[in-house]
Amino acid sequence: MEVTLNINGVEQSHDVEPRTLLVQFIRESAGLTGTNIGCDTSSCGACTVHLNGESIKSCTVLAAQVDGMEVTTIEGLAQSDGTLHPMQQAFHECHALQCGYCTPGMVMACVSLVEENQTLTEDEVREGLEGNLCRCTGYHNIVKAVLEVSEA
Amino acid sequence: MIPANFDYLRVDSVEGALEALQEHGDEAKLIAGGHSLLPLMKFRLSAPAYLVDINRLDDLKYVREENGSLVIGALTRHSDIEANSLVKKNAGLLASATHHVGDPQVRHRGTIGGAIAHGDPASDIPSALLALNATVVVTGPEGTRDIPIDDFFVGFLETDLKDDEMLTQIKVPSVPDAKWSFQKFNRRAQDWAIVGASVLVNNGQSGVSLVNMHSTPFRATAVEEAIASGANAKEASEQAAIGTEPTSDINASVEYRKHLARVLVKRGLEEAGL
Ligand SMILES: Cc1cc2nc3c(=O)[nH]c(=O)nc-3n(C[C@H](O)[C@H](O)[C@H](O)COP(=O)(O)OP(=O)(O)OC[C@H]3O[C@@H](n4cnc5c(N)ncnc54)[C@H](O)[C@@H]3O)c2cc1C
Ligand code: FES
Ligand code: FES
Repeated sequence: MEVTLNINGVEQSHDVEPRTLLVQFIRESAGLTGTNIGCDTSSCGACTVHLNGESIKSCTVLAAQVDGMEVTTIEGLAQSDGTLHPMQQAFHECHALQCGYCTPGMVMACVSLVEENQTLTEDEVREGLEGNLCRCTGYHNIVKAVLEVSEA
Repeated sequence: MIPANFDYLRVDSVEGALEALQEHGDEAKLIAGGHSLLPLMKFRLSAPAYLVDINRLDDLKYVREENGSLVIGALTRHSDIEANSLVKKNAGLLASATHHVGDPQVRHRGTIGGAIAHGDPASDIPSALLALNATVVVTGPEGTRDIPIDDFFVGFLETDLKDDEMLTQIKVPSVPDAKWSFQKFNRRAQDWAIVGASVLVNNGQSGVSLVNMHSTPFRATAVEEAIASGANAKEASEQAAIGTEPTSDINASVEYRKHLARVLVKRGLEEAGL
């Protein structure tokens, strides 16, 4: 079936099987490999993207279900001149990543979290990131980065 | 992991959904948020031949007040319920239980109708709805019928919904003055409950129910009866495991689950002012 998505402002249509997962559509049909697959069972958050502005796990959504909608991936955050999104900049400055595997999903989850609540406490940040696992950082600097942006 | 092949049908009305169900019978499955169904399909534990997508039924996404009740459309997402001021004011227990579901990404997709129709005893939402004495409204070829929540869950992942019916609305009596508590015990924030408890106390009446303690969402009748005959929180909570048949798994043994049920009900009752 034909599925059309607006990904990072670019409309694209691809002929895919109905069982195609959104994350496959993004990585394989659209060729945007910034979005990672970790657990493939909706537990780790590595595949987090925005659907119409809200964070979702793209390994647990069918591309067909979101036909015609707007998707933003990690590639869509920075400006075209390379200026990083404030959350990416804060991750950089707070050293909120080590191996980087969780980072695309983590950044997308963090952006959505701040958009929904601009007055986050540290506890709310930790709880709000319950759906994203990081095996390296111990989360501490990720929380710092989010607070930096939400207080800004 | 990729689900088995299926034919995808997108419908834009309740009538359209019912027609698809009638045409394809038990070969068809409705998909709402997909956050219970897709994981099962990816593990190939479920392989429907037809998937009927009801996500675009925007008419079923609402929270309203009607005749002293909150009425909630089946397709309303968890994130819209937990943040809704009417729900927070008139059914705070439901807002709290919904907030405890999974994580923000899951709550952006999952729907209240899907959470109930799935009939999972480990789900937080049915437990809150039991304590709140909700009514489930289902629509089929013959029209709509109201099912008291106590009659809705009939077995493990089994509900009173017929193959050709869909869940369209949930009615929750408004109880703005009730005291309530939602208790969930798990190891990591995002996890399902190892055991959970919903407690509601309103005008001397109580509603007490348990998560993951039985083959179905479970009303702790023995606790409610103890409270009605004047027991305090400690005495009433001692009855919490009566009638339950929890399973034993990697997280907890049967005995430990029963212990948790008593502890969580006691905490809940105390928090609800008993
Ligand atoms: C990682 C993760 C963590 C989770 N953690 C929790 C948790 O802690 N607590 C909790 O309670 N839940 C949890 N859930 C489940 C979540 O609440 C689901 O959203 C919910 O159980 C199902 O809702 P859905 O809209 O996604 O339903 P779907 O998956 O789309 O459907 C589930 C079932 O209901 C049927 N159905 C759906 N809508 C209707 C309808 N309107 N009428 C008739 N039948 C219908 C479908 O055919 C299917 O059989 C979790 C899910 C995930 C993926
Ligand atoms: S890959 Fe989607 S949540 Fe882990
Ligand atoms: S930086 Fe390595 S998993 Fe998070």
